[in-house]
Amino acid sequence: MSESTGGIEMEEDMSGTVKKFAFINRKAPYGTIYALESLEVVLISAAFDQDVSLVFADDGVYQLKKGQATKAVGMKNFSPTYRALEGYDIEKLYVEKESMEARGLTADDLIVDVEVLDAAEMAALLEEQDVVLSF
Amino acid sequence: MLHIVNKSPLERNAFDGALRMAKPGSTILLIEDAVYAVTKGNKAEGQLKEAMKNCSVCALWPDLEARGMQDTVIDGIKQVDYNGFVDLVAESKSVMSWL
Repeated sequence: MSESTGGIEMEEDMSGTVKKFAFINRKAPYGTIYALESLEVVLISAAFDQDVSLVFADDGVYQLKKGQATKAVGMKNFSPTYRALEGYDIEKLYVEKESMEARGLTADDLIVDVEVLDAAEMAALLEEQDVVLSF
Repeated sequence: MLHIVNKSPLERNAFDGALRMAKPGSTILLIEDAVYAVTKGNKAEGQLKEAMKNCSVCALWPDLEARGMQDTVIDGIKQVDYNGFVDLVAESKSVMSWL
């Protein structure tokens, strides 16, 4: 078996395994490609029926700001996609309280409903993940 | 002299550097992720208002609008478009980009 899979042992019962994945978003949109790339990977992950959480901290909080209008900069406005995540069963969105407040934002300024966690609560959330992917 | 900053004040220290090293009378232009520096409630607000006493502070409005921050700009910030950006460069003796 291992010969045909390049030496990697395939586990037969992998299909039923659900792991906790957290995607950590810490960059503002548009200035770099991280935010858009993260969203692409998150959408791909939805196809694998895993337990997915999205975390927005530091400048990543800006990804969720309401009212983004990108016509004048000639880039794609991908912020409406965050509202579509629910349709892919991605419903766990967390924003770090300290990061939000340092940017003069409140939960009302955000395009989707999120759970606001303070740094200690966020630390606990990260601790319980199987896989953490940073963007 | 024109100082151009394109990084968020909360992610990198380019904004701090520009403000610290800009001579009174110079112009500071904030573009791309640096436009968050001119929005109300940002941690950089006090620092920015201090700089506005001695320098002309401008922000590129297409970048503010892209980020949904167009309605939260601090009073006294001059907003420019791409043509205004070119004018600032043309009328400045020298330009420094804080990458």
